Amino acid sequence: MRALTWQGTKKVSVETVADPEIVNPRDAIIRVTSTAICGSDLHLYDGVIPSMQPGDILGHEFMGEVVETGSDSSLEKGQRVVVPFTISCGGCFHCRITQYSACENSNPPEKQDMSEKLYGHPMAGIFGYSHMTGGYAGGQAEYVRVPFSDVGPIVVPDHLDDEKVLFLSDILPTGWMAAENADIGPDDTVAVWGCGPVGLFAVQSALLMGAAKVIAIDHYPHRLELARQLGAETINFRTSDVREALMEMSGGIGVDAVIDAVGMEAHGFAVDNMLDIAKQTVGIGADRASALKQAILAVRPGGRVSVPGVYGGMTDKFPLGALMEKGLQLRTGQTHVQRYMKDLLGRIEEGEIDTTFLISHRLPLEQAAEGYRQFRDAQDSWTKVVLKPGG
Amino acid sequence: MRNEHPDRWASRWPYLALAGVGLAAIPLAAAARRRRREVDPDSAPGYTARRDFGDYRVVGRSVTIARPRAELFAFWRDFQNLPRFMVNLEKIEPSGEEPGHNTWHIRAPGGRVFAVDTRIAREVDGELIAWRSTEDSEIDTEGRVTFEDAPGERGTRVSLIIAYKPKGGAIGEAIATLAQRSPELQARHDLKRFKMLMETGEIATSARTRSERQHQLEEAR
Repeated sequence: MRALTWQGTKKVSVETVADPEIVNPRDAIIRVTSTAICGSDLHLYDGVIPSMQPGDILGHEFMGEVVETGSDSSLEKGQRVVVPFTISCGGCFHCRITQYSACENSNPPEKQDMSEKLYGHPMAGIFGYSHMTGGYAGGQAEYVRVPFSDVGPIVVPDHLDDEKVLFLSDILPTGWMAAENADIGPDDTVAVWGCGPVGLFAVQSALLMGAAKVIAIDHYPHRLELARQLGAETINFRTSDVREALMEMSGGIGVDAVIDAVGMEAHGFAVDNMLDIAKQTVGIGADRASALKQAILAVRPGGRVSVPGVYGGMTDKFPLGALMEKGLQLRTGQTHVQRYMKDLLGRIEEGEIDTTFLISHRLPLEQAAEGYRQFRDAQDSWTKVVLKPGG
Repeated sequence: MRNEHPDRWASRWPYLALAGVGLAAIPLAAAARRRRREVDPDSAPGYTARRDFGDYRVVGRSVTIARPRAELFAFWRDFQNLPRFMVNLEKIEPSGEEPGHNTWHIRAPGGRVFAVDTRIAREVDGELIAWRSTEDSEIDTEGRVTFEDAPGERGTRVSLIIAYKPKGGAIGEAIATLAQRSPELQARHDLKRFKMLMETGEIATSARTRSERQHQLEEAR
């Protein structure tokens, strides 16, 4: 089959590789009909996530048709399914309390040591996202092996096009959980850093959850326009002082909740950010956390800080004093996708949520490398790339 | 290419303890004890103490498995099941007439297989299995696995403690650790495989094909 493979920093290519097979009883094989490039794939592309190996197949947002099932799979051949990016067994302590992205059994034992050392606990398995999270082949391919296929994939009705449901795999539940983590009440003003796909879905979710006002922050005019179309007010951080603007726009109180949908490769001119860029470049492994630092200073005392943005290592000059002295609540984590899929599928079916506005480009899988390059370098207009294998 | 450094396979000998080899008196009781007289008493398991146990190394690790205690004990006690999650154990068979005596066939790098006679030192149904290396054993080790009810609905807490005398001394052990072949790593990985098998019915792998899976298993040995 053909698959998009990581070959090194800023180097990906579509190669011919062996077809996947059923290996464990609960596996299924999916023929991928649509798969997207995620903002977090760009962290892999930029080489800032450790434990990648040349030849690794990328992609954790994908859906398709079931073509083969293991003896203990609950799926049937021919079903259309969307697959969560997190791999979860359904039977361990964390899965049973619906903290699926902390599954204890999906990352192979021999792959757990690195994250266990780095974070104190091993990470769960994730498709196409380095060997620290299991080394699983991803879905930017014609076929993919899906472990625990009786727990993760959700069957979608035929009348819903791929593009309506594809984002259930990651970014829609991720934006939703980000808003849920912000604990939004009806009079709240919520600020969202980053108008990428997760940020935009967080805006959409926060409004659905009843926020009085949502303020989106970015520097790409087109992305800010998308946020405005969803109903948000906007701040361009290149032309306005974000903290001062937020104070004024919240009547001098400060925003009630902040969402960092930017993560470890924040843009910006702050001195500490430039220093962190230098450190990332020489491989010291510092996370650029300028968005999060700004968010912590902007949120009102007693407010909530929600972090869906991806971080992998350490950061310097973290405003710990502000976090404590202002009495903030901090909630974060990889998304418990399986917890939200069914509810969100229902909202899509009822027309309450439409995610297709995000898709700017559709490419055959063969042109995936071009998709990565443009998604990274032309972010204003390339808001979301959907790849079509076999197309 | 496999590294055939003698220290590396020699250092794997202690890991036989996991498979149930054993004999000789080692400070396992001290390692398992939760209160220690020689320092301020606290609730930490003895094997987590910042102290040494003389010539012996002590390895301890717990996992919580969301299955009933009796089921887990029964699975472990049927020693034929152990090779399903202990990757270095090829097979285990009863030895001689005496009950509780077994011969364990342990894989070593380079295709070698060692046969080791073992006996059960103590057994409490549903709670504990302890083993000891025999007097003529090349390795000096003892170990125990315990099964306790976890709080509430969390299932069973399974703890494995092994005491052993490292072969090849500190350097051999350091090399083994670097090569991911230390008894501690092996025991930790095997316990995780046990948990996976009991909770999910399978052991997680990122292999895309069955032959790749086979290759990974051989690499892990």
